[in-house]
Amino acid sequence: MRKPVLEFQDVSFSYGGKKPILDQLNITVYGREFVTIIGASGSGKSTLFRIITGLEQEETGAVLLNGEQFKSRHGRTGYMPQQDLLMPWRTVLENASVPLELAGVSKREAAKRIIPLLDEFGLEGSADKYPSELSGGMRQRVSFLRSVLTGSNILLLDEPFSALDAITRLSMQEWLLDQWEQREKTILFITHDVNEALFLSDRIFVFQDTPVRMLQEVLVPLDRPRTQWDLNDPAVLKLKNDLIDQLRNGVKKP
Amino acid sequence: MKKYGPALLIVMLLFGVWELAARLKNLPFIFPPPSGVAVRFWELRETLFLEHLPSTLSIILIGLAISIVLGVALAVWMAASETAERAFYPIVISSQMIPTIALAPIFILFFGYGIWSKVVVTVLITFFPITVNTFDGLKSSSKELRELMLTMGGTKKDIFFKVQVPSAKPHFYSGLKVAVTLSVIGAAIGEWLGAQAGLGYFSRRMMTQFDGAAVFAPVVLLSIVGIVLFILVKLLEKRSMKWRKNE
Repeated sequence: MRKPVLEFQDVSFSYGGKKPILDQLNITVYGREFVTIIGASGSGKSTLFRIITGLEQEETGAVLLNGEQFKSRHGRTGYMPQQDLLMPWRTVLENASVPLELAGVSKREAAKRIIPLLDEFGLEGSADKYPSELSGGMRQRVSFLRSVLTGSNILLLDEPFSALDAITRLSMQEWLLDQWEQREKTILFITHDVNEALFLSDRIFVFQDTPVRMLQEVLVPLDRPRTQWDLNDPAVLKLKNDLIDQLRNGVKKP
Repeated sequence: MKKYGPALLIVMLLFGVWELAARLKNLPFIFPPPSGVAVRFWELRETLFLEHLPSTLSIILIGLAISIVLGVALAVWMAASETAERAFYPIVISSQMIPTIALAPIFILFFGYGIWSKVVVTVLITFFPITVNTFDGLKSSSKELRELMLTMGGTKKDIFFKVQVPSAKPHFYSGLKVAVTLSVIGAAIGEWLGAQAGLGYFSRRMMTQFDGAAVFAPVVLLSIVGIVLFILVKLLEKRSMKWRKNE
């Protein structure tokens, strides 16, 4: 059951040899885990995702996906970016089918697979709508659907809800947990919202300052299923305050 | 109708002033009133539409077609290869400093009085807006989207056809709209300088006969051609980019 799906083994990375971001970092994420990465802006969170997706190459060390090292990691993870990055010229259905198209699935076959999913993703009746006709929350659902359809068991979500209003955000968080529980996926989730991290994750990785040598790891002491009210648990509240303090210290350091 | 009301009013007003001034001056051979032009247009309808319009229209359409093919091809090449961009982009831009119209007489010498000298002038004028707009469009696609395609296992070809081409479409159409209006000017000027048929040629010939109204009549038809072509491009644009109606 506890099979590692993502491993960083002594991974170092810098941009052009100048600014070191990761320094011999080790990470292990297990199957069906929900892990949140939290840290101030510029702490290298997004770089971590760029390395996992293969947009950047590690300088030393090894990155393993499902126990294997690949020459190119392109096409092996489901990445959901901060802005939804839907193509404005494609309908919901056509946007969701991009990863299938890239895998060589025919249009008809793709539609056959996607249409039943639209209901589950709260997008019923929107198949032929264009992104400009959708609300922010719905656009993020399409974006999430697209990342799920990559077929990868590792989903990387980069602050997907940061542009949403507070209420939509809460319901999207609940919805995401629901989806995660139904599907056999491992989720890595970047945020700078401590509440969001506590509500969603099994473990939280704290990014403090670059170069990152070791991640501070926090276990969230909550059972599942959770509700937003569980965040008022005294143990969780204390954890929350500790996390906020840590993040603040990270920022203060010049 | 409501939308274009003010513009229509101004045009009518201008025509009114023109009509009045022309009647007062009473020099119809060089300054005909709009009503005179309209009458002459009707009288000359067969010569204009059957003899000269086909000639001019074929110059415009052939010239545009060549410009689109060459312009898009060059734009794609420049977008795909940085070397090509560095080699051609400065040339394309600086070629705009050359007064093409001034060169037109030489093209007549090179290519003769037939259709091709005029086509060359038209191509030279319309090539620029199509190439530059298409190229800018291909370059305008979002970097994040291209990277997302990579993370999903997309190849360079996938990114080109699924991201860059759709991003370039609106730019291509705005280039084409400019090109269409310029093509009418290019064809007419080419014909002025030397031709055996065509609306520009006819207009100039009437000038030598001091038939003022007949000078204007083909110009009216040329404007109509320009407007119709513009509307056609607009319709094509709407059809091929349905998603834009929601923006």
